[in-house]
Amino acid sequence: MSSIPATDLASDAEQRSRIDARHDRWFRWLLMFCALLVLATLLGAALSTLWGGREVLFKDGFRFLTSDAWNPVTDDYGALAPIFGTLVTSLIALLLAVPVSFGIALFLTEIAPAWLRSPVATAIELLASIPSIIYGMWGLFVFVPFMASIEPALSDTLGKLPLVGKLFQGPPLGLGLLTAGIVLAVMILPFICSVMREVFQTVPVRLKESSYALGSTTWEVVWDIVLPYTRSAVIGGVFLGLGRALGETMAVTFVLGNAYSISSSLLMPGTSISSSIANEFNEAVGTHRSALIALGFLLFVVTFVVLLIARLMLRQLARREGN
Amino acid sequence: MLTSPRFMFRLGAFTAIAAACSFGAMSAAATDITGAGSSFVYPVISKWSASYAEKTGNRVNYQSIGSGGGIAQIKAGTVDFGASDIPLDEATLDKFGMGQFPDVIGGIVPAFNVPGVAAGKLVLDGPTLAAIFLGNISTWNDPAIAALNPGLKLPSTKITVVHRSDGSGTTFNFSDYLSKVSADWKSKVGEGSAINWPTGIGGKGNEGVAAYIRQIPNSIGYVEYAYALQNHIGYAVMKNAAGKVVEPKTSTFQAAADTADWAHAKNFNLLMTNAPGADAWPITATSWVIMYKQPKNATNGKVTFDFFKWAYANGQEQARSLDYVPLPPSLVTQIENYWKTEFKQ
Repeated sequence: MSSIPATDLASDAEQRSRIDARHDRWFRWLLMFCALLVLATLLGAALSTLWGGREVLFKDGFRFLTSDAWNPVTDDYGALAPIFGTLVTSLIALLLAVPVSFGIALFLTEIAPAWLRSPVATAIELLASIPSIIYGMWGLFVFVPFMASIEPALSDTLGKLPLVGKLFQGPPLGLGLLTAGIVLAVMILPFICSVMREVFQTVPVRLKESSYALGSTTWEVVWDIVLPYTRSAVIGGVFLGLGRALGETMAVTFVLGNAYSISSSLLMPGTSISSSIANEFNEAVGTHRSALIALGFLLFVVTFVVLLIARLMLRQLARREGN
Repeated sequence: MLTSPRFMFRLGAFTAIAAACSFGAMSAAATDITGAGSSFVYPVISKWSASYAEKTGNRVNYQSIGSGGGIAQIKAGTVDFGASDIPLDEATLDKFGMGQFPDVIGGIVPAFNVPGVAAGKLVLDGPTLAAIFLGNISTWNDPAIAALNPGLKLPSTKITVVHRSDGSGTTFNFSDYLSKVSADWKSKVGEGSAINWPTGIGGKGNEGVAAYIRQIPNSIGYVEYAYALQNHIGYAVMKNAAGKVVEPKTSTFQAAADTADWAHAKNFNLLMTNAPGADAWPITATSWVIMYKQPKNATNGKVTFDFFKWAYANGQEQARSLDYVPLPPSLVTQIENYWKTEFKQ
């Protein structure tokens, strides 16, 4: 057996590491390309909606944001009513969905017997996979008549309260901001709930057991141990749900009533950004089309602002934690 | 494994055999023409196109992308014909060297849901309908409605107006009718495929409007006649321009098409709403086929004309089966003359 000369070994190793370095570089570029692709897509979509909406945005400028007119006959457009509808329905959805998903997630991770956990968790995930058009049909044919039947009672009770009373007065159409908000809540609940469940499971058992050992109730363990440990992920889950609620189109179109109006009552019909676009884009030409594309751009802006607020909230929380 | 090689081979062989069979039955080379536009005519054009393909082997692919889209496609020259619920004006037609002609007639009916009032029993006229949709008449027992319906027991409940939320030719014709019969409507709202509704809720498509009317008591809206008929929605009868109360049906739609003043409407640029005939249904609509006078592809242009000629002559039964109304013979003659003078066909 002749030994391999030392110099050959060295150069082999050198060549090998050179090739490795090259492959690593390629791999890095590939990954960077994937990441940049997302950025480019986002930027491209935002810029092209801005470009498509330039006619209205340049003509009306800031008035497009503050006007509640929407008149395709005289080509006078304002985005206030759709923005209002989008924000109000999403807010109702969050108000209803967050506490309920919190309860479900806690029940599944802390309280439910083992045999119940996975069937309920699977059911929730199935709820998330139902297409939105199905929610729309269900909303229109099942939920709207139900709401119409309970709305008179709602006006007679909640509608009589001071301050919030105004929110619940109106004709019992069954359609409107409240109905849309509730349907949206059902739609985003599985998203928020499954994120919460996942992160609640990551809380170390040791921490919880210690707390129980000190005499905490279940609620105290949840509030003082589980929630602080998972706070940022929980907020992330909530905003995932909010993102879906802001952009939801079909289900909202079916139950919102599609009227360009801003009303103090939640029982009145309204419109949302995405449902306006879905409704009118097909037959829109000229300025009307430009106004709809500008609405699309505004949806980008609204979503971005909402995410920004989420980030700031998280940072605020982190800072308070540090103190 | 849907994409296994064997499956693909079988699929390929099957397609080849099927193609060979159908080619065998055809005469000479088949031409495919394409059209795009109005969703109003989509059902009838697709039915015509199936029968026409059986007869001649030429296929018509029609995409129901909306009138606005249809106009854009024909302007861009990507289709052989466009179909629009809104006619183009002379300047636009001349600029692009295009012509247009009506294809089939349909009616629009006010549909309502008032407990205790049977379908077809409610009588309305134009000004009253406009006042309802303006929100000026807000209860069912309003004197204006009661005056038109002596002997009918009307409730004192509030009226809920239902309109289309999507842009549509139905809305265009409906709002055009209201503009013709009510100065108030004309100045406050006007006409268009999407308009600024003073009151009410919006449903997407005929089916959306119909669903809302069914579910909300004391509501009123408007849908295509074919849709109301197939889905058993109660519709109102109307007092027309001649002052006569007419029901929506084939003969009253044809009367509207017959008595509309086509002879003085260049390029058939005329809406049939509020037609003067004694038996004319006041909200009758059509849609227009738009074509280049010198098509880029001459063969396709010829086949397109052949298709519509065939449809006028043989497609009437099929149109009727879908509750559309074929053009009256007087109008077909005018269209054929128009083809001769404008399209040199």
